[in-house]
Amino acid sequence: SAQNGLRSLRPPRSRRPRRNLIKEGRKRDTGHRTAPLRLLLQATNSGDSTTSPPSSPPSPTTAMSRRGDWVYENNGGTCVAIAGADYCVVAADTRLSVGYNILTREHSKICELADKCVIASSGFQGDIKALQKNLAARELLYQHQHNKRMSCPAMAQLLSNTLYYKRFFPYYAFNVLGGLDSEGKGCVYSYDAVGSYERTGYSAQGSGSTLIMPVLDNQLKSPSPLLVPARDAVTPLSESEAVDLVKDVFASATERDIYTVCFPLSVPRDHRLLLFIHLPLY
Amino acid sequence: ATPPSPAPAEPRSSSDERNQSRINPSRESMDASAAAAGGGDGTQRTLNPYVTGNSVIAMKYKDGVIMACDTGASYGSTLRYKSVERIKEVGKHSLIGGSGEFSDFQEILRYLDELTLNDHMWDDGNSLGPKEIHAYLTRVMYNRRNKFDPLWNSLVLGGVKKGPKGDEKYLGMVNMIGTHFEENHIATGFGNHMAIPILRGEWREDMTFEEAVKLIEKCLLVLLYRDRSSINKFQIAKITTEGSTIYPPYALKTNWGFAAFENPSKGAVGTW
Repeated sequence: SAQNGLRSLRPPRSRRPRRNLIKEGRKRDTGHRTAPLRLLLQATNSGDSTTSPPSSPPSPTTAMSRRGDWVYENNGGTCVAIAGADYCVVAADTRLSVGYNILTREHSKICELADKCVIASSGFQGDIKALQKNLAARELLYQHQHNKRMSCPAMAQLLSNTLYYKRFFPYYAFNVLGGLDSEGKGCVYSYDAVGSYERTGYSAQGSGSTLIMPVLDNQLKSPSPLLVPARDAVTPLSESEAVDLVKDVFASATERDIYTVCFPLSVPRDHRLLLFIHLPLY
Repeated sequence: ATPPSPAPAEPRSSSDERNQSRINPSRESMDASAAAAGGGDGTQRTLNPYVTGNSVIAMKYKDGVIMACDTGASYGSTLRYKSVERIKEVGKHSLIGGSGEFSDFQEILRYLDELTLNDHMWDDGNSLGPKEIHAYLTRVMYNRRNKFDPLWNSLVLGGVKKGPKGDEKYLGMVNMIGTHFEENHIATGFGNHMAIPILRGEWREDMTFEEAVKLIEKCLLVLLYRDRSSINKFQIAKITTEGSTIYPPYALKTNWGFAAFENPSKGAVGTW
């Protein structure tokens, strides 16, 4: 009847499972945390349905996504690095874009962290700048403490740790670290946004990476990582051949990726000098 | 509350379009409950801009940097304030122009006051140049974004300071999440879509002040015609090695005498 309200909709007592919910509740009683659940169970048990169940608390993910849809933007760009026997080529395009707009055509994504270590990053430019500044500052501290500049493998580990430090609010930066290791051989480290990294012979990151990586795989004939003993993926090409390959690969990516351009490239070599190559393609 | 963006869904819409979010300010109560429900801590952060300034256009010219904007500030879709100065001097060497939430721009001016005061108190013969102020603002904007409490602005920083290579002109922009860059010509907000193409086509390194003003007026006119939140009252400011000048506001001549406007109800009886 209407007087009973919801009670009339509930199945008859005999069909509902018999549980001593109060006893159960008391066993698990950890105080206020289970209070809402306890109250609900008590209400059901006693047949009193006037207390409505508490609405489910909003999940933290909805709050984050609501707050989080403006904190990042993708400013585009592509970074490539190729390691050779005694050199390393690191290149990045210079377009800074937002959506379908170009903000500027001449913004460098490369930062020279140490004399034998160069980082190129693509992604959200605010995070990239903060990350590169962070690393440069740490490198300066290292210099003061150890009276020598950081080696590329050391910087590689530092970058990985720095990225993972912000695992739950990541740097939206896709990095490629290139340089010479302590033996003078070229090394390239490739990262994802939260710090997992790997030393490879060549790498591409950023908006054009999916267009460039297959071409590099084809041209640089990397040995299988399954081989034992492990073979080096460092290319036997000469430096000028590697630079030409990088230029070609950027030209190809530019054809199809709106966020990548061909002009200009920064191509640092070993510690001797930093080479900027301006291509007439625009 | 995503603003209706002219760009398709795939690439994210320009951050400047966040400034153009034409939300009804009475949705504040909805956002407040959303914030309380989501964050649970009862504090509110700037989730939407309310009183917003329009585009700022700036470019380098022969003697320095010229910056211009209109003097309006909108409250949602209302053109609420019509005499708002959105270009200010900073120290001896720079000008700052701000679009976006006007109260946040005033907060930034307070930060810069503190910065320049401390710089002055050093009394060491050196003063902060535009590059330093740009770097400072970039850090401020980025760190506020990291705390999910942004200053909802796109700032334009221009200036001239003596450097190792003589008088160095500088012009840069920072947006609300810390994206920053330096360029020869900058426009924020709708100017990014309408003024930048004009500037990219017609800007030259060695423009005189008169030529620069003509070019900027061309851009301001396009914005006046096509951006509904723009008003016909503009201010131009320039900065050179001699110092900065912010000119008094003035109006541009507009032309509405097009044949199609002359008898608008010609093809549609009963329209007004």
